[in-house]
Amino acid sequence: MNLQAKPGRGDTASATPGLKADTETVVVRFAGDSGDGVQLLGGQFAQETALAGNSLATFPDFPAEIRAPTGTTYGVSAFQINFGSRVVKTAGDQPDVLVALNPAALKVNLSLVRKGGLVILDSGAFKEKDIKRAGFNQDPRTDGTLKEYRVIEIDISAQALEVAKPFGVSQKEALRTKNLWTLGLVSWMYDREMASTQSYVARKFGEDDPVGKANAAALKAGHAYGETHEISGDISPAHFPSVKFEPGTYRLVSGAEALSWGLVAGAQLAGLELLLSSYPITPSSPILHNLAKLKQFGVSTFQAEDEIAACCAAIGASFGGKLGITASSGPGIALKTEAIGLAISTELPLVIVDTQRAGPSTGLPTKTEQSDLFIAVWGRNGDAPVPVIASRAPGDCYEVAIEAVRLATKYMTPVILLSDGYIANAAEPWKIPSIKDHAPFPVTFRTDAEGYQVYNRDPKTLARAWVKPGTPGMMHRIGGIEKDSVTGNISYEAANHQKMTDTRFAKIDGIANDIPEQTVEVGDTKGKLAVVGWGSTFGPINRAVHNMRAKGLDVSHIHIRHIWPLPRNLEALLKSYDKVLVAEMNNGQMLTLLRSQYVIDAKGLLKVSGQPLKIAEVENAIRAQLDA
Amino acid sequence: MNVQTPPEKLTAKDFASDQEVRWCPGCGDYAILKAVQMALANIGSRPENTVFVSGIGCSSRFPYYMATYGFHTIHGRAPAVATGLKLARPELDVWVVTGDGDALSIGGNHLFHVLRRNVDVNILLFNNEIYGLTKGQFSPTSRVGLKSPSTPAGSVDSPANACHFALGANARFIARGIDIQAKELGELFARAHAHKGASFVELIQNCIVYNDGVFDDFVSKEFAAERQVHVKHGQPMIYGKAKNKGLRINTQTLTLEAVTIGENGVTEKDILVHDEKNRTLALLLSGLRPPEFPEVLGVIYCDPAPSYETSVQAQDAQARAKGAGDLDKLMRAGNTWSVT
Repeated sequence: MNLQAKPGRGDTASATPGLKADTETVVVRFAGDSGDGVQLLGGQFAQETALAGNSLATFPDFPAEIRAPTGTTYGVSAFQINFGSRVVKTAGDQPDVLVALNPAALKVNLSLVRKGGLVILDSGAFKEKDIKRAGFNQDPRTDGTLKEYRVIEIDISAQALEVAKPFGVSQKEALRTKNLWTLGLVSWMYDREMASTQSYVARKFGEDDPVGKANAAALKAGHAYGETHEISGDISPAHFPSVKFEPGTYRLVSGAEALSWGLVAGAQLAGLELLLSSYPITPSSPILHNLAKLKQFGVSTFQAEDEIAACCAAIGASFGGKLGITASSGPGIALKTEAIGLAISTELPLVIVDTQRAGPSTGLPTKTEQSDLFIAVWGRNGDAPVPVIASRAPGDCYEVAIEAVRLATKYMTPVILLSDGYIANAAEPWKIPSIKDHAPFPVTFRTDAEGYQVYNRDPKTLARAWVKPGTPGMMHRIGGIEKDSVTGNISYEAANHQKMTDTRFAKIDGIANDIPEQTVEVGDTKGKLAVVGWGSTFGPINRAVHNMRAKGLDVSHIHIRHIWPLPRNLEALLKSYDKVLVAEMNNGQMLTLLRSQYVIDAKGLLKVSGQPLKIAEVENAIRAQLDA
Repeated sequence: MNVQTPPEKLTAKDFASDQEVRWCPGCGDYAILKAVQMALANIGSRPENTVFVSGIGCSSRFPYYMATYGFHTIHGRAPAVATGLKLARPELDVWVVTGDGDALSIGGNHLFHVLRRNVDVNILLFNNEIYGLTKGQFSPTSRVGLKSPSTPAGSVDSPANACHFALGANARFIARGIDIQAKELGELFARAHAHKGASFVELIQNCIVYNDGVFDDFVSKEFAAERQVHVKHGQPMIYGKAKNKGLRINTQTLTLEAVTIGENGVTEKDILVHDEKNRTLALLLSGLRPPEFPEVLGVIYCDPAPSYETSVQAQDAQARAKGAGDLDKLMRAGNTWSVT
């Protein structure tokens, strides 16, 4: 067979009349035990695929447990990649190919695979006890479970052990080369150059390390197996020509990387050093790890004792004249809320990054969701407005981080930046920007003591002046207790509290005049239906709207970056459609926000499964809306 | 509103803001405020380089009365805010003002970590053994049996010893003083300021409204001389009106004994000499409580170690010694490809 995709998948136009059956993209899902190195396998394959000039999107899907008991279904780790010779916008609705390194991986992932798709199994891992442990009553290879799929069985375990033998490594180390053997095979299947993986192995282990040599040999052996063994008669390598990207230098980037670099860029554009103050939490921690390595960029990092301290230390740094940043995820954001209120009241710049995960409470730490919109916009005691912005894709995190820094420093306010677990871990080809692409927005610290009052405000932005401690003649006191609207002294006066509350709102509302008007991603600025999204649902909504428009349906895609304040034209824009459908991975938070702000009868496509939205789900919802 | 360019030699008044002090008449906080202002003038601190950071509670209003920079933060979190400030601006003199509820209850975690890390801040813990601002509930330092609005039958909570907490957190400077002893407080504040690293000062402070007289068993005129020992490094720990009482170590039980010179064969040579670098001694001393023992006052422990922000700065400087980072270069490192 040919490994290229068959029609019928979600991320294709195959069901669309007038377009040829799509064989330009393919979705591969690697799955195995959480100790099998599946994420490394997927990450390296994505790297090879990117270097081949294909478009791609990845979806690492792993459990919260680091190493669950071997062979259990809850210990299965997976990595999905959608790639090909046309622009890919999602990690794909349905895998065309599943590589299952043990029975549990097959058990968990088989139902996702397109009927007629290819399943590659490590038969060496299908011993009776492994099969039982995965929850199969009988061997799924012989009981008809796989009858609707093409199946290739290879004893990958035995192959890996054999290849590793000459290097004198332990049985355990030898077996762990399974992932690279598999990568070799899949690299052959898709005509990939393996140089980037080879240099990765050399870098990681060193040239002379026997384990490194065993891994390098496994990679080669997997590739050679494809070339020379019996499967060559059954499948042939598929080649996907490179995509016509716009000119530039590209790399693969994850959301966490792009966000970290965007924060550095933002601080540089503001002319500030930054302190990232965080507490370890999934899936936010990579931001702390990334920035900890960037001290030469005027970055300091502080791993605080808890989420509250992390936020408070960032506020302390901002009081001192650095840019304070704290990054966390849902449970941590909940803990920071009182401190965020302090930054609102004292009007200090602060960036709060929330890499959302499924909640409530601990929820599903490694699974994605968009359910922190309410806590970001409204989740504080008192009337406490803050700007909230959301990133839509890994590379977009860079731009959004810069925007967060710009707003925080220009308006002397905390800003909440919403990312999510999917964006943070997923990777995509990214046209590498330059810091020079943005006009600098340097911060001016006030040093002129003449007439200085704490709540003197810039008449345009309503921001108060930022004064560094250490500046002579400008000693002042700030705090969370209500302050006189001019002097900053404690004030319990009724009219003053009204005025301060109104001013805090006016300042944040005024940001609507300093952000772009809402545009339409796909489609017309009026019509029958607008699908509104925000954050990481961009890919599936965008592809679905494209597909439906190709079928002649009157539907548009609107994607909101600035969640609070909302773009000034959004109300009029939404009201120019007969219907509005809000697609989001929560139980209706943006939906409620838009309904309350604009009194529109918007409907929701709401999903909280810990999994990204699928294109087919959006397509079905569009059809349902237009048919109704 | 602010003090204009200060004269070269500052006085206590130069450190007082124009805000009317709003503590209850007779509150011990007044005396501490005066002592701090006096100490800063004597030390030669500059108001513009001094920052007072506080949490929530009566004592935490302190920054508003100082003509320095100040930050009245949220309940219990002053140490965390101060840590961030000190990381951003290591050159500033940062003082943390907190109370027994703020520091040892809601903020216990942060107090532990600011001490453990040894951030160079001076922490003044006003201990009045009560929640004053919320109208008189028992606090983590209140004694067992204290009747309060939330413990009408008497508190059954075992109280925390603030100095023991600090020692447990590996604090390198621990001192204790009494609100009304201005001269001694001045010396303590000067020592705390001079100490590089976290300095922890427990201030015995009388709440005249909700816990009046709770320290009378060693603070009142009647008992002061007989139940207070002011310790000094290198000097024997002698106290009492007649200077005939002292602390002796029982090497069999590893405990301290309050003894009288001239009784039971005790001579001055038996009296233990204070060694502020001895952590074990510090633990013993700060655990003594009247009436069986004197309250131990003064610098109980001082054994400097590198401060946190200095170590952080050193790492940052080392990274920056190789030159400033180039973001465009960083983003282009590793596997990239060109599209033309």
